[in-house]
Parts: sequence; C-alpha cells; structure tokens
Amino acid sequence: MAPKVPPQPTLEQSSTAAEAGHGHAHHAPPKGILRWLLTTNHKEIGTLYLIFSLTMFFIGGIFALVVRLELFQPGLQFVRPEFFNQMTTMHGLIMVFAAVMPAFTGLANWMIPLQIGAPDMALPRLNNFSFWLLPVAFGLLLSTLLMPGGGPNFGWTFYAPLSTTFAPPSTTFFILSLHIAGISSILGAINIIATILNMRAPGMRLMDMPLFVWTWLITAFLLIAVMPVLAGVITMMLMDINFGTSFFNAAGGGDPVLFQHLFWFFGHPEVYIMILPAFGIVSAIIPTFSRKRLFGYASMVYAVAAIAVLSFLVWGHHMFAVGMPLVGQLFFMYATMLIAVPTGVKVFNWVATMFRGSISFEPPMLFALAFVVQFTIGGFSGLMLAIAPADFQYHDTYFVVAHFHYVLVPGAIFAILAGAYYWLPKWTGHYPNERLSQWHFWLSVIGVNLTFFPMHFSGLAGMPRRIPDYALQFADFNLASSLGAFIFGFSQLLFVAVIVLCVRGGKKAPAQAWGEYATDLEWSVPSPAPLHTFETPPTFERPAH
Amino acid sequence: MSPNETRARQAGVRRTVWRSVAALAGMFAFAFALVPLYDAFCRLTGINGKVDTTAQAIVSEEVDESRTVTVQFITRNGAGLPWHMQAETRQVRLHPGQTSEVNFTFRNQSDGESWGRAVPSVSPSNATRHVRKTSCFCFEEQQLQAGERIELPLVFQLARDLPPEVHTVTLVYTLYPVEGKRQPQQAVVQTKQGEEA
Repeated sequence: MAPKVPPQPTLEQSSTAAEAGHGHAHHAPPKGILRWLLTTNHKEIGTLYLIFSLTMFFIGGIFALVVRLELFQPGLQFVRPEFFNQMTTMHGLIMVFAAVMPAFTGLANWMIPLQIGAPDMALPRLNNFSFWLLPVAFGLLLSTLLMPGGGPNFGWTFYAPLSTTFAPPSTTFFILSLHIAGISSILGAINIIATILNMRAPGMRLMDMPLFVWTWLITAFLLIAVMPVLAGVITMMLMDINFGTSFFNAAGGGDPVLFQHLFWFFGHPEVYIMILPAFGIVSAIIPTFSRKRLFGYASMVYAVAAIAVLSFLVWGHHMFAVGMPLVGQLFFMYATMLIAVPTGVKVFNWVATMFRGSISFEPPMLFALAFVVQFTIGGFSGLMLAIAPADFQYHDTYFVVAHFHYVLVPGAIFAILAGAYYWLPKWTGHYPNERLSQWHFWLSVIGVNLTFFPMHFSGLAGMPRRIPDYALQFADFNLASSLGAFIFGFSQLLFVAVIVLCVRGGKKAPAQAWGEYATDLEWSVPSPAPLHTFETPPTFERPAH
Repeated sequence: MSPNETRARQAGVRRTVWRSVAALAGMFAFAFALVPLYDAFCRLTGINGKVDTTAQAIVSEEVDESRTVTVQFITRNGAGLPWHMQAETRQVRLHPGQTSEVNFTFRNQSDGESWGRAVPSVSPSNATRHVRKTSCFCFEEQQLQAGERIELPLVFQLARDLPPEVHTVTLVYTLYPVEGKRQPQQAVVQTKQGEEA
C-alpha cells in the first residue's frame, strides 16, 4: 500500500522541520534573474521546468494550429507545402521533447523530494544545469525555422535518407539541439534515480513509495537505456551528412532500414517515458477523490515494470509496412498485444479504486477520469494497429495520428493538467478557481474529442498523414478536426488564467488540501510548501494494515 | 541527520551516479555495435534482401524440372547518377538448379565520365540465400565514359532447396553514384572476387 502517515503527528513534526529549515543559516539567495539562473532548489527548478514546458506547449500548439488551419479546407490556402512539412515536424519535436518530457521532469523535481521526505534532489547543481540546457536546445531548434532552406521538414521520426541526403542544411543544428536536449534528460534521469534510491525518509522501503515516485524511477531507467541510443542514431546521421560515412546510405553499403530499427528501439520506450509518470499522477488523484485507498498497489508497480520491459521488445510494430519476415511480424504483433495485459491491470485497478467510493468531481479528478476513459480509447486503437495484417491498411494514415494523439493529449497532457490542478494548492497555497477550471476542463474535453475522434474515420477511409492537401471526401472530417483543434488550443489560455489567479490569491488551502485521503508525505508540509522542507528527515510510519 | 548518515548517503549517491554513467556509456556503445550486428544478422538470415556481394560457385545439381520459377528483374536509378540501366529481358522462367545468364545494359547519358554501382536486393527475403550468383556487375563498380554504353552479364542459379512456397523471385538493382575514388570497402570486395575467379 502507498505510504500512509498518520496526519496529526506528521503535520506537527514537519511544520517544526520547516521552521527549523528557515532558521538555518542559508545565505540569502541572489535577487532578480540571477536567483533563477543560479537556483539549486528543487522547487524553484521544478517551477522553471513547468513554466518552460507550458511555454513550449503553446509554441508547439501554434504550429499544430497552422497545420489545422491549412487542413480546414481541401486545397492549398495558407501555407506552402514545404512550410507545412516544417510545421508538422516542429510540432511533433517540440511537443515530445520540449513540452511533455520537461513537464514530467518539472513535476518530478517538485514532488519526488516532497513525496519521499528528502530535503532536495540528490544533485542540486546538476539539476540546475540540466534545466538550463533546455532553453539552449530548443532556442537552437526553433532558430532553424529562420535559416536558409528552413527547419526540419522530415517528420518528428526523421527517417533517413529523408533526413540525411534530402534534408535542409539546418539539419546539423537540429541534431545538435537534440543532443543537448538528450543530455538534459539523461542528467535529469540520473538525478532522479540517485534521489529515489538514496534520499528516502528513514523507514520508507521501495514498496512504500507513492506510485508517482515508482513510475518516475522506472521512467528514469528507460531514459538511461534509450537516450544514448537516440544520441547514437543522430550521431550517425551527423556523420553521414558531414563526414561522408554511409550508415544509412545504401550507395556506400549502409541501410536506411537500419535507421528505422535504431530509431524505434529508442522511440518505443520513449512513448512509455511519456506515459508512465502520467500513470503515477492518476494513481495519486483517483484514490484521493474516491476517498478510498488505491486498489492493488503492488500490482500497479509490477504492471509498470512489465510495461517498461515489454517496451524494448515491440519496436518492430512501427515497421510492419517496411517489409519484415512473417516470423518477425508475428513476434512483434503478439508482443505488442501482450502490453495490453499490464495496461489493463492498471485501468481495472483505477476503476476498482473508484468502485463504491465516495467520489467528488474537483478539477484534478475530472482530468484524471477523462484520462482513464480517453487513454483507454487510445489503447484500443493501439491494439487495432498492432494487428500486422490490418496495419497495412492503417499505416501512415490519420488513424495512426488519432491513436497517438489520444494517448498523448487526453492521455499524457490531461494527466499533467490533472497533476497541476492537484498540486497547485501545495505550490501556491491557494485552490485553483473552480469555475474557470470547470470551463477549462469541459472545453478541453470537447475540443480534444472533436479534433481527434474524426481522425479515426478519415484515417480508416485512407487519408494519408503529413500531406497538406486531401481528397474532397475527407472535407467534413477535417472541418470538424480543425474546429476542435482551435477550441482546444484557445481553451488552454484559461489554464494560464487559472494559474495566474491561483498564484495571486484565491481560497486558502490547508496542508492537507484535498482531505484526509491524500496521505502521501507532500501533504504533511504546509501549503504553500516552504522553500526548504524535510531538512530533518520525517519519520516514516507504515500504516498498520 | 548525523554526519555518519550524511556521509553514507553521499557515498550512495556517488555509487548510483557511477553505475548510471556506466550504463549510459554501455548503451551508447551498444547503439554503434548494432550497426555491424544488424548487418551480420541480415546476411546470415537473408532478411531484408541483403545478398552476399561475392561470387559463389555454381553447384552442379540435377535440374528440378517439376518446378518452374519466375525470376523478374527490376532496375532502378538512385538519385544523382545520369545513367540508364536496363535488363535485356524483364523476366525469365527457369527450373531450380538451372544456370541462367541475363545481360544488363548500362549507358552513361551525361557528357562526363562517372563511377556507379548497382546495389542488389532480393525479394522475397526467404529466397535470398538460395540465389547463387557466379558473376554479377553488382560485385564491383563500373566506370563509364561520356555517352559510353556497356553490356554486363549476370550469371546465376536458383538452388534446388528454394523454399517450395516461392514461385517468383525478384532481383532488384539500384544504381548509385560512387563519389571520387574507390573506397577501400569496395576494393576488398574486388580482391575477393579476383581470388575466386
């Protein structure tokens, strides 16, 4: 079971700890911009990560809206196809590497030390460095749009030889920026592993950790395993482009298909990197608002571990249409379907947690519930795509686009929003504005489904992805998708409003902001959490059951 | 926390970091090791249509006249080589064990000399290991003067153990330019062929 601390004694204990923290002889932090440039505090760095991620979410969102604007009607209206290709590519790259991944790292920075009772991350200076690499990386990536020949235009999967032989000259900068972003995630992962394995409050065993900590520990292992492979692939691209090697060039004895194997060996675990922490957030929120303990804690941990192991064995399902022996297709098909088992365990556990619970529908719970339903829809379309013979029909159509947006937008991003709403009282000391949050939630749900659900149909009818124009029969579906995209995009401004209002004021939140069923250690420190917490480690008490 | 505990914690962090760094280095090396491993795997299994680019001896086998297999030839031009390549026939029908010779025409359509190389591929991939080539232009690079036209033979045999479900074998040749001088990689291939010939 998740760590349960008897609320009363811990509250006293940690508030004294917090006061003791203030009493320590900390030298005064530098003022102004230097404070943020030089900070080594996990909460401040977490905030930086989250603000960066939100900014990038809007930039990537603008790129998506350019794409949807062009697809509003058949024919070419607003942008040239070359620019359209840059927009689809940059949207994908920014959302994956600059929005979703840093958002989870930001939440990890804020919450992991609080949830395990540590005073800070294990390596605070490294933490500062890994954050400040990100603006450098993505400033560089965005600057490629202004370079002669334009930015990357080969899709976020950057398949060779499209991204080597036929790529714009800015590709070298793209590779460099991805290297920097990769180093940032690797350093972040090392820091998180070192924190979780060494900094837990005395008495807290691994199987006592909250699920958000568990899922991040496993995610960090995935990052360490696959980010070097990504670094290797882009290094090979760099050498093919600039130093005359032939890793992916058939003329020199290389093989373009090798690129796809290497890329997806990184790429498939990468998609789980973007969803496992979401599982952890939802596993914290659902019990809180169902007023029950999480059902099946141990099976949740094992399910996440099983998903992580399986993620290394299924990369081939992205490549069915490339040409693969029958045995390979069968292996990857069955291995992929096997992932539905641990994922099903998780979904059933969430449902069982809610069963006969006393559920209330505050904003975090709304987003978490929408996550469970819509992530499951994305999971089912994933099962359809896993069927090798059927995949030949779905491959490279909007059905694939619908699938991965369902797991990433109402999946990962809704979980991030749920987490933000859940922990905002802890960060700011105020509850988020209820009415605005409700508007944000409902407009987001309607927008997301209006955008992505019709894509299932246009995809099954054969509309290819990544093309700026389409046949007339897809016009109605695309009209709906574009309308939905604009609703979803603009309703995210409400989220910014909620955050700004929440930072400035609002209903005061107590330490245990969401009631007595939220019993992880972060709820034992006052709201807002003081800059320094747990300088004296709390004593972790295992609940007696 | 007592100083002892703090020290133990710091040692633990250091140990975790070094292990992580070792894992990182290992995975980076693994990514590069996958290149030769992939190549070896494909050649051993014949997956991906990768063919041995060295000459093989014709095995004199009894011709299996009970089976007829269609062998198709496809030639393609990779980007950047102003050559035209054509097989004298689009397809032949033959029995496993039978040796066959097909001529391919190469014509340089530009007004400068250039080097090119035809990269072979076999489909379906489970037939790859059962195609034996004694002589093939694809074993080496070609040099064509401006406007020059040459004819080069492909001599091959389908092995009798060709899987029974294979009725059509497609041999694909894609022309690629060879930039500058010969690379050592190809020179090795050539000596090998020289030895065997």
